[in-house]
Amino acid sequence: MTLFVSEGNPHCLKVLAALEVTGAKCDVQYVNHEERVVPFLSRPALPALLLPSGLHLFSSNAICRYLFEVNGQDSSELCNQWLEWETTELQPALIHALHMAVLQGKGSEVSKVLQGPLNYLDQSLSKKNTPYLTGEAVSVADVVLWAALYPILSDSSLALGERKSVKIWFDHGAAMHSLQCAAQKVLQGKGLQGMKSYMQKQPAPQSSQCRDTQPCNSSPAESEEGERLVLEEEIEAAALTWSKSLNACPLVANRQHPILPEEGKRNLLVTSALPYVNNVPHLGNIIGCVLSADVFSRYGRLRGWNVLFVCGTDEYGTATENKAREEGLTPQQICDKYHAVHSSIYKWFQIDFDYFGRTTTEKQTEIAQNIFWRLHEHGFLMEDTVEQLRCESCQRFLADRFVEGTCPHCSYPEARGDQCDKCGRLINAVELREPQCKVCRQTPVIRSSKHLFLDLPKLETQLEQWLDKSTSTGDWTANAKQITRSWLRDGLKPRCITRDLKWGTPVPHPDFKEKVFYVWFDAPIGYLSITANYTDKWETWWKNPHQVELYNFMAKDNVPFHSVVFPCSLLGAQDNYTLVNHLVATEYLNYEDTKFSKSRGVGVFGDMAKDTGIPSDVWRFYLLYVRPEGQDSAFSWADMATKNNSELLNNLGNFINRAGMFVTKFFEGCVPAMELQHEDKKLLALVGWELQQYIQLMDKVKIRDALKHILNISRHGNQYIQVNEPWKKIKGGDTERQRAGTVTGVSVNISCLLSVMLFPYMPSVSQTIRDQLNAPQSCINTMLQGTGTFVCALSAGHRIGTVSPLFQKLEVDQIEALKKRFGGQQTTAQAAASSQPATVPAPAAPAAAAEAVTVSGVDPEKGKQLTQAVAEQGEKVRALKAQKAEKAVITAEVAKLLDLKKQLAVAEGKTPEPAPQKGKKK
Amino acid sequence: MALRELSSLEKFLGLKKPNKYSTQGDKKVPVLQSNNGPALVGLVTIACHLVKEAKRPELLGDSAESRAVVQQWLEHRVTKLEGCTKEDVKTVLKDFNLYLQDKVYLAGNQFTLADIFMYYGIHSLIVELAIQEKEQYMNVTRWFDHIQHYPGIRHHLPPVAVLRNRIYTGRHH
Repeated sequence: MTLFVSEGNPHCLKVLAALEVTGAKCDVQYVNHEERVVPFLSRPALPALLLPSGLHLFSSNAICRYLFEVNGQDSSELCNQWLEWETTELQPALIHALHMAVLQGKGSEVSKVLQGPLNYLDQSLSKKNTPYLTGEAVSVADVVLWAALYPILSDSSLALGERKSVKIWFDHGAAMHSLQCAAQKVLQGKGLQGMKSYMQKQPAPQSSQCRDTQPCNSSPAESEEGERLVLEEEIEAAALTWSKSLNACPLVANRQHPILPEEGKRNLLVTSALPYVNNVPHLGNIIGCVLSADVFSRYGRLRGWNVLFVCGTDEYGTATENKAREEGLTPQQICDKYHAVHSSIYKWFQIDFDYFGRTTTEKQTEIAQNIFWRLHEHGFLMEDTVEQLRCESCQRFLADRFVEGTCPHCSYPEARGDQCDKCGRLINAVELREPQCKVCRQTPVIRSSKHLFLDLPKLETQLEQWLDKSTSTGDWTANAKQITRSWLRDGLKPRCITRDLKWGTPVPHPDFKEKVFYVWFDAPIGYLSITANYTDKWETWWKNPHQVELYNFMAKDNVPFHSVVFPCSLLGAQDNYTLVNHLVATEYLNYEDTKFSKSRGVGVFGDMAKDTGIPSDVWRFYLLYVRPEGQDSAFSWADMATKNNSELLNNLGNFINRAGMFVTKFFEGCVPAMELQHEDKKLLALVGWELQQYIQLMDKVKIRDALKHILNISRHGNQYIQVNEPWKKIKGGDTERQRAGTVTGVSVNISCLLSVMLFPYMPSVSQTIRDQLNAPQSCINTMLQGTGTFVCALSAGHRIGTVSPLFQKLEVDQIEALKKRFGGQQTTAQAAASSQPATVPAPAAPAAAAEAVTVSGVDPEKGKQLTQAVAEQGEKVRALKAQKAEKAVITAEVAKLLDLKKQLAVAEGKTPEPAPQKGKKK
Repeated sequence: MALRELSSLEKFLGLKKPNKYSTQGDKKVPVLQSNNGPALVGLVTIACHLVKEAKRPELLGDSAESRAVVQQWLEHRVTKLEGCTKEDVKTVLKDFNLYLQDKVYLAGNQFTLADIFMYYGIHSLIVELAIQEKEQYMNVTRWFDHIQHYPGIRHHLPPVAVLRNRIYTGRHH
């Protein structure tokens, strides 16, 4: 057993004293302050005791306790209590005191810092009337406290005041040889100055005053924000902004279609990757493209930019042909059917496309053939004979996705015909080892046929020039840049653009009339043709690179087609096409602890989300909260419930509801007059800073990061309410009542700001908040101007609407039931046999389904009626109270009101709760 | 917060009669009023008392050494985990991760009160971690997941999702 100590370290005094008192056998080794003795601690921690087992103890009290125990003296409960008090209460004060006395020369102020703990000690000792802390004999608690206090109490220069009981008790210890001996070893007879070199190496203690007022359970996020220093200038600027008025100019909320680029405006063309038509999209697909693009488009419109957001289904290809054969329909019928499924899912998710089209249109043929001919004229196409796999038993050429085999590069046995999922390299289907037809599992044969190739090597220099410019001036995500770089590094090769299929855009060249365009060439042209179906003036968007900025949203697997291949088609066509300026690619979203998989039916699919009974806005919130931005992330049911309950319900919803309820309950529904004090202005500055961060991040399409700043604002707001307690002040005198008014008014205005910032994320909730606050629409386009403009949108006297809770709690058993119902492989049947209408809920285990009913049992119509009834009854009660009606009459009406509220809660699927009481937290 | 931890501990220990608690001071230090003796003050003190009351002394460690280790981590819990800054959090997790490298439980191979209270104390930090960070502190995450699934422990805290397959395999490239 070895004890490691260092000179001048007050904690070592404790263990050396304990060692002397107990006489335990132990080597003592003196080391430097900075020596790291305990292998798993990154900061030096002394004293440390190396136990016979090889384990290290690094806490002085645990060491003392151990030394006493091996000496046969177990510590009593009272002893435990003193030791705990010593570490949690006495030590922080002592360290602060030592810091002042030893380093700052403020010995005179030590008394103030220590008076609390010393008084407590004095009272406890005098009450007990025993010579030692725990009774008639010396215990480990006495030794630890004596040693801890020794440097301070034995220094007569510190005027600490007279405490009789402490003095008697301490003198017992100070007289003990063992304590003096330990003190001599540590302090070297130099008193407090003996600790100087040790103290200099310690971090300065936080002021114990501020430590005490900080709630100790505050989450790291909160305390982190709390530390940001707010400058006086910021505070004044925030107060000035606050006093500005709302923008007078009318909102551009009513979009006039068709939207066309406008001179003098920022014109943004936003696309999201075209979803393949015969798959029901899963959550990973939704967050990867349409939802991200939607949030950004909504934000862009709020910023006053001229935004066009287009998307549509990608419909050509063998998979569609095959599905048609399976279902006994024509490919066109299949596309019609699934296009509708996609539309309805995106509608439910409130994806606000300006136009959601499809690729199987005449415009597609027209534009694709035009680009083809231009490439042909400029000599960027070349002819070659291709060896292709043909399955004799299925009587057709096999599209890449219908061949599987061993990857020629990495030997992965399930490589697809076009790309290996394992090593990510592109593969020519004929290069696959041991190829198999995915339909009949026969080995296909190689046949040759003539095809056309896009000559990418010829376009490479031009592409690189353009890429340099685009990636340096635009917002390309790191993964997009990196994937593109790796493609160029490997060198570009000619790529085949034709296919021996029927369901596709026909190749217009007479030598290739039986063929169609390969989907990678054809599909991105869908962006153009979809825009052309939206407006005849589509070229004002797509052949206008000087006025238009193009944003492409996608998941990272789609990057090369948007950064290399498609730009080459457009560059080669030499028709002044608008090329991508900002390429925004997400990483992957995993499902629970596995991957989302369409083929295995693992994960949550777009059509199931609405069957969960969880509102679309909450889905959007959670998906955006875990948006795989910069790194992969995972969807987890339990985590969704946690985030809903902690962030939406307890943080955001709680704040907005409280602010609104105070206006309703204390100020008859009218925003009270606000007299801003320094504290309020400081809050405005804090909120203003978060707003600025939000705007900076959103401008750079950091959607997930920006969301955190919204939640920070409501956290600030909750703290502000909690500290100022308007529910108490309202009952006080005039000054206090006015204070309650200011706090309420500022809070309800923060709610208004929050509603605007939330709009891109949770459009319905955002509107509900403004409805509840009866907020003017003009607040929307004022707040997000410039670097952020937090004005007082609801001025004194403004009448707000009816306030009601925004979010519902997600219960553990509810979420478990949903996880069972939607999460598992049970859905395989549905995903594979998508011949079923996709809107039918997945077959579920009966028990799970029964549990989940509670959620879908919510009746919105009844809820609406009851909300109305509650509001009316509330009015009635208020009126009666105002008229000072008889108590019995009021009581009866209040009882009716409570009953209605209970019914409403049931109709909304909540457990009825007692009406919120004044001053109740959360 | 501390009171909820104590009530969860009571449930875990199967104590029939719930105790009466109050708090004192700005930090809301828990106080246990008792019928036969003076009140007990402090989270760790009360927790150890409950364990003795339930006649489960093994939860405090079965040897002098392991008892010292248990006490040390209980102390760590109330002194280092409360109100730490973001930088502190990183150090706390890094060190804890290294400590757990070769251990199933805090006191080696035996489940103790230290596991329970470190779990309660560290929960709020773990909740805030991104998946990547959880994988960075792999031993902490493993231990945490183990404890949160230990029968009768979790009670007042929401479960934290821990991935079984790793997304970030090593930090070597």
